[in-house]
Amino acid sequence: MIGLRCHVVRSGFAMDITLDLPGRGVTALFGHSGSGKTTILRAVAGLERHANGYLEVNGAVWQDDARGLYVPTHQRALGYVFQEASLFSHLSVRGNLDFVLKRTQTKDRTLFDHVLALLGIAHLLDRRTTDLSGGERQRVAIARALLTQPAILLMDEPLAALDGKRKEEVLPYLERIHATLDIPMLYVSHSAEEVARLADHVVLLDNGKILASGPAADTLARLDLSNGLADDAGVLVEGFVNGGDEHYGLVHLQAAGGTLYVAHAALPLGTRLRLRILARDVSLALARPSDSSVLNLVQATVTAVWPANTAAHVIVKLDAGGTTLLARITRRSHDQLGLGIGKQVWAQVKAVALLSIR
Amino acid sequence: MVLDAEDWGAIWLTFKLATLVTMLLLLIGTPIAWWLARTRSRVKSVIGAIVALPLVLPPSVLGFYLLVTMGPHGPIGYFTQWLGIGLLPFTFPGLVLGSLVYSMPFVIQPLQNAFEAIGERPLEVAATLRASPLDTFFHVALPLAKPGFITAATLGFAHTIGEFGVVLMIGGNVPKVTRVVSVQIYGHVEALEYAQAHWLAGGMLVLSFVALLLLYTFNPGKVAK
Repeated sequence: MIGLRCHVVRSGFAMDITLDLPGRGVTALFGHSGSGKTTILRAVAGLERHANGYLEVNGAVWQDDARGLYVPTHQRALGYVFQEASLFSHLSVRGNLDFVLKRTQTKDRTLFDHVLALLGIAHLLDRRTTDLSGGERQRVAIARALLTQPAILLMDEPLAALDGKRKEEVLPYLERIHATLDIPMLYVSHSAEEVARLADHVVLLDNGKILASGPAADTLARLDLSNGLADDAGVLVEGFVNGGDEHYGLVHLQAAGGTLYVAHAALPLGTRLRLRILARDVSLALARPSDSSVLNLVQATVTAVWPANTAAHVIVKLDAGGTTLLARITRRSHDQLGLGIGKQVWAQVKAVALLSIR
Repeated sequence: MVLDAEDWGAIWLTFKLATLVTMLLLLIGTPIAWWLARTRSRVKSVIGAIVALPLVLPPSVLGFYLLVTMGPHGPIGYFTQWLGIGLLPFTFPGLVLGSLVYSMPFVIQPLQNAFEAIGERPLEVAATLRASPLDTFFHVALPLAKPGFITAATLGFAHTIGEFGVVLMIGGNVPKVTRVVSVQIYGHVEALEYAQAHWLAGGMLVLSFVALLLLYTFNPGKVAK
């Protein structure tokens, strides 16, 4: 359990929040810049001190101003990964990692070797930090944070300073950490895609207020709360492989609402997959389209209709046998199809993005 | 060689003075520069202005006030007499004290710039890696500020060697005690001994140039001012 009470007053920004977060898995703090997500992370790390705060991480109380308790950053069992890698430029890669080992007095080399292997940086040890690519630098920074053997890993937009290709050099390692280490992670991001790929729990923030906090799939589908993010609106679907069609290069995914076809090389039966379906990739029809090229057709019920980010569009929330879907359609189509809450429709899913294989 | 024993005495005295003053200034200046670089106190501008004063004051003004404060009726004078070490004007310790004040901005300002250039981030990173503030200062801030230290030491040393006005005001012209190279040159010129003046002045010129050349070559882009 991570408990946090944070009260911030700055010129032009006020925040007064209370959060209870799960003590394991990845919790994403998601919102635009200026929403207060980094402020929360820095308060957890003790890099910013705000009055009348309370902070508890899995039983360890780090701040309780009611009792006058405040643990300084260097005495908190946390790992912090900054947006830019912030490696010490006066030290080599090895020197940066040894910096931690000296201070934690870790003699055991197995941890060191394990972390090196986990992030694939063993071959970089003797390099200067300035000779590394952005992705390599960030992996070293993550390794350095892990070497502190933290009770919690704090990540402040660790991929935001990287371009698309470099992001792909780091993201799989984050997924690996998530899959193999039992360290809770607070992950600050404004990228819906990263959050969709990594998060188990999502806190949606806007201008210092918590709009929602809950399991990732539920929170990301609650579009009413995040109209500013509507361009990227979409849902997460989790399921497992229950078949495949090698001839056509398709994998069959069993999700709550039925079977979805995903273009992917064959995967073992039972493999857990996480998909993302964007609202703009879903169209609606009243009857089952018979001659459609779209493979994924699901019967669904309209549960809500919201305005979208343009005047011409609306976002329709659907329930497809337990799986939530969002569809972004024009308001004209909405009126012509007579879509109201409770209406039965067929959703055509034009594209699914495979996010992760667990 | 045209230089006589008195010239060599002046050279030796100058190096002794500059070395001692540079080392003392690095010791005293580092915490002051660190404080100036990090504080948000309103006193900062006052202290910063005081540190910069010797840059703009004529050495004779500086020397005059030093002479007065170190004299028998000045606060430093009372203090040194109370300590039983007499008065500082026209002594080597007096010269050291005067040089400390005179060369102070040349050491503190490069250090302050270097500390400011490090920024908050490496210090925050160190804290998240379990380094205490003192540990961070010695093992992160100082190594990252190394170019600033090289600049500060070079400028402080060179500037102390070149001091003239303050020495004349508070040190006078006592051979082997306060007669540094710049004063010695002045003496030679007054006595129309141009050959000896040339040797000393030329030596100073070459030395200063080489010091700055080394600094600008091996510490490029990091030279403050």
